[in-house]
Amino acid sequence: MNLHEYQSKRLFERHGIPVPRGLVANTPEQAAQAAVGLGGGRWVVKAQVHAGGRGKAGGVVLVDSPERAATEAARLLGSRLYTRQSGPDGLPVETLLIEEPTAIARELYLGALVDREARQVVFMASAAGGMDIEEVASVSPERILVTRVHPAVGLQPFQCRRIGFGLGLDPKQVKSLQGLMEGLYRLFLDCDASLVEVNPLVVTPTGELVALDAKINIDDNALYRHPELTALRDASQEDPREAEARAHELNYISLDGNIGCMVNGAGLAMATMDLVQLHGGAPANFLDVGGGATAERVAEAFKLILSDPKVTAVLVNIFGGIVRCDLIAEGIIQAVREVHVAVPVVVRLEGTNAARGLDMLAASGLAVATAANLGEAADKVVAAAAARPV
Amino acid sequence: MSVLVDKNTRVICQGFTGKQGTFHSEQSLAYGTNLVGGVTPGKGGQVHLDRPVFDTVHDAVAGTGADATMIYVPAPFAADAILEAADAGIRVIVCITEGIPVLDMLRVKAALAGSRSVLVGPNCPGVITPGECKIGIMPGNIHAPGSVGIVSRSGTLTYEAVFQITQAGLGQSTCIGIGGDPIQGLDFRACLALFEQDPATQGVIMVGEIGGTAEEDAAEYIRSHMTKPVVAYIAGVTAPAGKRMGHAGAIITGGKGTATGKFAALEQAGVAIVRSPAQMGARMAEMLAA
Repeated sequence: MNLHEYQSKRLFERHGIPVPRGLVANTPEQAAQAAVGLGGGRWVVKAQVHAGGRGKAGGVVLVDSPERAATEAARLLGSRLYTRQSGPDGLPVETLLIEEPTAIARELYLGALVDREARQVVFMASAAGGMDIEEVASVSPERILVTRVHPAVGLQPFQCRRIGFGLGLDPKQVKSLQGLMEGLYRLFLDCDASLVEVNPLVVTPTGELVALDAKINIDDNALYRHPELTALRDASQEDPREAEARAHELNYISLDGNIGCMVNGAGLAMATMDLVQLHGGAPANFLDVGGGATAERVAEAFKLILSDPKVTAVLVNIFGGIVRCDLIAEGIIQAVREVHVAVPVVVRLEGTNAARGLDMLAASGLAVATAANLGEAADKVVAAAAARPV
Repeated sequence: MSVLVDKNTRVICQGFTGKQGTFHSEQSLAYGTNLVGGVTPGKGGQVHLDRPVFDTVHDAVAGTGADATMIYVPAPFAADAILEAADAGIRVIVCITEGIPVLDMLRVKAALAGSRSVLVGPNCPGVITPGECKIGIMPGNIHAPGSVGIVSRSGTLTYEAVFQITQAGLGQSTCIGIGGDPIQGLDFRACLALFEQDPATQGVIMVGEIGGTAEEDAAEYIRSHMTKPVVAYIAGVTAPAGKRMGHAGAIITGGKGTATGKFAALEQAGVAIVRSPAQMGARMAEMLAA
């Protein structure tokens, strides 16, 4: 789960990480009031969306009066922001962060994430702040400083010193960086983060370190023990079908093609998408109905797939293990009737009671084509989709 | 012969009296697994499925001589269950549980370093030696005793490979589901080493997916150590970057962990790769006939 910048900065503050003073606004009036409340003569208005590259997209603007803050807020609120990370549909702007401006002498990068190969939390830092770290990694990997934290002993002062001196900080700033990194590590553990990023981490002309931006991703598996973080979820920033899927405990991800896929198991679901492509088609989605695929879940899955107007054919691929294929067939028949599926459906069932399930589908009188194996299923659905151009 | 488990393996179930534990213990017993008891804290002394229930894994080991465990406890308690099994000296720990926080697994892995226990999973279908021992949620009836080792990060995609091998008349020595989480117990490399040493295994099917570098590590191992033929399939060629594809570990980040990259690494290592998941069994049959 991703957090907004303003949510992340609150968590930063709570862990002793310096951030610029700021206030949240949801209306132009609140934006003007925030500017007045913060005082001073200039403010930064920052659109809160779950994507980087906001500045270039016009989502971060400097204003010099509370009236200008209100004008910019009126322009941004209710609009969609199109950044290099937002996807072609952009993301809705519903919240703004109004901040005091920060004077910048240097821009650094500091991030922490779980290194799955080392099985440790790894800190990464770079003097090339403000840039996309993945770009730095591919262009000049030697500019990235890395240190891994052993879970038994935690982050050590020497690790912070190595990063700090490596970034060319002076001894006083290295001390500040140590405090900041220790705060980040505590935050990482306390919040079950999978990623924490400060980009840029600013060194001010007077030598202070300030987190100018903040990004936190939370491990979805750990949300059960963080109700306060779960409450920060902003569904408006997510694909509506993916959010709907989560509500039904389905795993769904939108893709660009026109062949809807319904599969049990994540690995088999990916393999089915790949197979569709290998046979000349284009998958419209990833969808895992889970191990216990009941009639109800199958119906919800059909609704979800068909809510995508691009879909011109559906492939159902179920490997019935513990789940019996005749029960799945019953679910499919019920769903196709209830949901009024108007596009061609190809079903491949394998495993326990597969033959009985296929017989039931054939006898149902529904326009459901069956396939005896994976390859045949892919061929049939690709042909069906091609016969019904968008 | 086989790897990890066989007909002599004495298995217990943690989370024995729960719904999942009960159902899958029944299935394991019906398959002929030597399931000798189970653990549910607070229910020690009871009898469940004709087998003794213990309060702790230590009690279960003392009472039954168990050397393997299958864990079905819910995610919030799973890390504790794994560590308890290791502390009690269990040799093979199979954790089926899905949804364990990654930082829990990070600590568990650190705690297991140097331990004599082997962890399989979590978030996996389990381990099966056909005809002898079924530890996990896989459907027993699609398996057949034979000579092909299977190792996979997936559940139903593993069944697909198993099914194709059984259809090809080859059968399996042992099938290991290593799980779909970013931090796991046994990895591909370790499983390949087990199969390489197992006289009953003549070839190995490896089913990988996007995310991480375990397949690339495996490719390196295969190139330098493996004498038996390996057929590999990688799921997720069409998966978009930055999206978690169902499994917590199936995500392409920073341009790393793509299926294309993994296929390339395996091909360079001399592995027989198949681009279609429908070809796993046929390709293995070809390799063994050659």
